[in-house]
Amino acid sequence: MKALIRAGFLLFSSLLIGSAVAQHEGHEHATELEIENVFEEHSSDHEAHGTEKFNPGEMIMGHVGDEHGWHLWGHTSIPLPILVYNTERGFSNFSSSNFDHGHKTHGGYMLHEGKVVATDAPDGADAHHASVNEELTKSTWDISITKNVLGMFVSMAILLWVMLSVANGYKKRGVGAPKGLQSFIEPIIVFIRDDVAKANIGPKYERFMPYLLTVFFFILLNNLTGLIPIFPFGANVTGSISVTFALAAITFVITLIHGNRHYWGHILAMPGVPKPVLLILTPVEILGVFLRPAILMIRLFANITAGHIIVLSFFALIFIFGEINAGLGWGVSIFTLVFTIFMSMLELLVAFIQAFVFTFLSAMYFGAAVEGHDDHKESLV
Amino acid sequence: MLIEFSFGLIFWMTVSFLTVLFILKKFAWKPILGALSERERTIEDALNEAKKAREEIAAMSSRNEELMRDAREEREVLLKEARDIRDKEIAEARSRAKVEADAILSRARIDIQNEKMAAITEMKNQVAELSILVAERILKDKLSENAAQQSLVDKVMTEAELRKS
Repeated sequence: MKALIRAGFLLFSSLLIGSAVAQHEGHEHATELEIENVFEEHSSDHEAHGTEKFNPGEMIMGHVGDEHGWHLWGHTSIPLPILVYNTERGFSNFSSSNFDHGHKTHGGYMLHEGKVVATDAPDGADAHHASVNEELTKSTWDISITKNVLGMFVSMAILLWVMLSVANGYKKRGVGAPKGLQSFIEPIIVFIRDDVAKANIGPKYERFMPYLLTVFFFILLNNLTGLIPIFPFGANVTGSISVTFALAAITFVITLIHGNRHYWGHILAMPGVPKPVLLILTPVEILGVFLRPAILMIRLFANITAGHIIVLSFFALIFIFGEINAGLGWGVSIFTLVFTIFMSMLELLVAFIQAFVFTFLSAMYFGAAVEGHDDHKESLV
Repeated sequence: MLIEFSFGLIFWMTVSFLTVLFILKKFAWKPILGALSERERTIEDALNEAKKAREEIAAMSSRNEELMRDAREEREVLLKEARDIRDKEIAEARSRAKVEADAILSRARIDIQNEKMAAITEMKNQVAELSILVAERILKDKLSENAAQQSLVDKVMTEAELRKS
């Protein structure tokens, strides 16, 4: 059963990675071109006609990506704090509303392609005609509270509240039967402990439990809040490669810290393998050390983003057809609704599966790092 | 745009995740996992105890049976002993009674003999007295004449002489 699940995941993830990479390659030129176009079109349209032509690429990327300020509807969005540190200018913070959706400069900064860049233009100047100060931009560190950061904070607050109240339940009831939220969370915790941690790590599983539990519930919660399109949810946190990068990096660091002599011995010089073969095998193994977290990062990011893109594409269809003919738009919306419901169900499943896969594979890497001489398990590259 | 590492997001992600990890580790996972393993241990202990109690009950019932058997055997022995003692006592009493009765009987027989002897003696004495009285009367009557008296003396004299010889 376990082998079947593992094989399924491998197939699933390799397909997704493959498609994500292919998509990315095909996308690279297209998006760059598109974004240039969008920007010019956007600004000129805005000024000339006052109406925007619907651009599905922009809409989808806008929803999937990160932004300074949380777009609610139409031209209404919640401004978020901009926090910038520049090695020369020092620390500065102000509201993102000062940028006026990227149309204006403020405090020597402006938005260029959604990113905070340094400029020499005075405050309130038209950002579209201001030039970017490349030199200063290189030494600018943007730690603004963006939509994804805020979304992450929200889900972390929920996570803290849920888990602390569950912990409180245990303190109150002791070894008694669980109740309410506690009885919903408990089977998941027991599952992660028994079928993820104990199964993959072995007797030394206990020290990894806090990380595995936190990472599982963090990913799950962010996957789920990403499906709710109402403020303060709907930020694509786990579909952001920066977030998955940070998570994978933590798994990577923990693996390296706990790696024992046996683990490093297997990587640097696989015992029982002839020397000439080691010349090939050792670089592959070393590459594998970095590839494993990289795969973790890409898998989670690609799965969640792909789901969001599909749902958004269905919605884009309504507007594309609606622009041709209003009746056609209404007609298409019925199909879109059906497909979106189906996709949302699928995404709900994916939310659980991906949280599980990330945790499971992390546990597996930890298991490989701490396994002793006596307990041999097959390792997953 | 899609695959783009944002320093700010990585920064906040790492900082907040590690903070949450620390807080949860200390205030959530530790008590939760502790309570879970505690509960599992409690359940295991309870099961073990139940098993032990069951075994103890089984052992106790077999011991009880043994005790009952022993008690029954002992009762048998005691009853037998009691019966023996009773039988012996009865036999003893009987023999004692017999001896006593015999003694009483023999004493009574002796008494009767003695009484009989005394009665016989008394009767003899009375008969002797009566005979003397009768003889006196007869003699008085008969010896009122001299001749009769003479003949009697003669007769007695002869008789006495006869008896002497």
